[in-house]
Amino acid sequence: MLIRSTSGPADILPSEITSRALFEGRRRFLARSGLGLTAGAALWYGLGGEARAATARLSAAASPLSTDEALTGHEAVTSYNNFYEFGTDKGDPARNAHRMSTRPWTVTVEGLAARPRSFGIDELLKLAPLEERIYRLRCVEGWSMVVPWVGFPLAALLKAVEPLGSAKYVEFLTHYDPEIMLRRPILQWPYGEGLRMDEALHPLTILAVGLYGELLPNQNGAPIRLVVPWKYGFKSAKSITTIRLLERQPATAWRRTAPHEYGFYANVNPDVSHPRWSQATERRIGEIRKRPTLMFNGYAEQVASLYQGMDLRTYY
Amino acid sequence: MPNFLRAPSGAQIALLKAAVFFACLLPALDLALGWRNGTLGANPIETLTRASGEWTLRFLLITLAVSPLRRYSGLHWLLRLRRMLGLFAFTYAAAHFMAYIWLDQFFDWRAIAHDILDRPFIAVGFAAFVLLVPLAATSSKAAIRRLGGRRWQSLHRSVYAIAILAVIHFWWLVKADLLKPFIYALILAVLLGLRAWWRELERRRQLSVPPPAKHLDRPVIRIVQK
Ligand code: HEM
Repeated sequence: MLIRSTSGPADILPSEITSRALFEGRRRFLARSGLGLTAGAALWYGLGGEARAATARLSAAASPLSTDEALTGHEAVTSYNNFYEFGTDKGDPARNAHRMSTRPWTVTVEGLAARPRSFGIDELLKLAPLEERIYRLRCVEGWSMVVPWVGFPLAALLKAVEPLGSAKYVEFLTHYDPEIMLRRPILQWPYGEGLRMDEALHPLTILAVGLYGELLPNQNGAPIRLVVPWKYGFKSAKSITTIRLLERQPATAWRRTAPHEYGFYANVNPDVSHPRWSQATERRIGEIRKRPTLMFNGYAEQVASLYQGMDLRTYY
Repeated sequence: MPNFLRAPSGAQIALLKAAVFFACLLPALDLALGWRNGTLGANPIETLTRASGEWTLRFLLITLAVSPLRRYSGLHWLLRLRRMLGLFAFTYAAAHFMAYIWLDQFFDWRAIAHDILDRPFIAVGFAAFVLLVPLAATSSKAAIRRLGGRRWQSLHRSVYAIAILAVIHFWWLVKADLLKPFIYALILAVLLGLRAWWRELERRRQLSVPPPAKHLDRPVIRIVQK
């Protein structure tokens, strides 16, 4: 058993200073036993300075919505990212995203709601009980991962602002600061994404604030990002600053750039191939051989009913 | 310029060739070591496919740069490196193709056929590779002799088309950021533009210099400007 014993402020309890190997063992145990991680309120961020960020542990309950598939390694999850604001090479976000300051941070929820308002990040971290959600992540480029996110249902935030009956869509706008991000207009900045209201309220849809039991690294979309596990990864907007409740379907970043390649729905679908990539198979990061891609990324049982009667070739 | 660079001896040329040969192997060595040591990132197959593809394109452009370099530097021996550089372009292309067929698709011939037929960027890359094969096959002195210089030369002019296809392949496979393919396209445009310019110069020269008629077996028509 490994215990990390040196780095970290003195007021962190020894029980909080957990190596990743230990954490994973504990996580697996908890996932099996269905218990929550309860040891300590570990929102160190709220208590102190930068130094704590590196070791801040999140207290999160295991979820029955998690998969028990083998996790993709922490190194791969945090070094192989698409976050075009920081560069288009997969390694660029890990190299450049440290320039982004994620404190203070507010998320403004506006539009068709009875109580639209802004939320500070500390408030968001306490808005709903945090859960660990181990989800498959399928990128439109044909690779996939299994990521242990920490977050809470987007529905919890939406309910807090009381959406009006006329609100049919949710738009997500993300942080854009030309001082620290790409200026070339590769995509229209800020990056925008959207969901239909029923998709946004679906229990699988979460706002993630952490992964591997720690606060999100910047390259993964700190401090708060969307995760919609049955859709291609580009739907899951990172570093969100604004959420809008709308009557009409919003324009979205990749669809603006190449509407014949990227649809609004972007549901993982092995039968509808992308002009550049067959979507029938995928390479799980860490594996050599490809594996078949599952309908709705394996979440068909939970989400197929949302699309009943829709032609998924038209609404790709 | 040191004298041996102006007019190297046979031994010096052999040495230069050996040095260039090993330099050309370095990217492959680097990738092979990276593969063995697991330092090619989270998706080593993608890294390998992309790196071998980009090196193929680089070697094609380096090969096309030999003539201009020779012409403007006066280093005529550069021409003696061209065959080796061209063969390296082919070697990296073959490695790129193998990375795709073996590592990426794992000999799933149905998926490969679909890719080539359905995806324009793959079709174009495939065409470039197929066109490279006869050039590699006729790279020897014996082949030049067999074909005759003129036929050999017109066959090998297809390298221009191959380079254009290669840039299109890159252009089409990029999702959104066209900067890199644009830079390669620019370099290729300069290299091809120089050829067009040389042709034009040659045409003008032929117009202005009265050809020594006794060397020609056909009547000469001369256009004289008023
Ligand atoms: C002369 C022949 C070829 C050249 C010069 C070439 C060049 C390239 C280049 C420059 C790249 C992009 C590297 C990057 O993203 O940095 C690339 C990627 C690629 N090429 Fe080729 N290629 C050739 C032939 C082929 C062939 C024959 C195939 C398959 C039938 C192929 C399939 C691919 C694939 C699958 C990718 C990766 C796409 C991705 O990762 O998104 N290429 N190639």
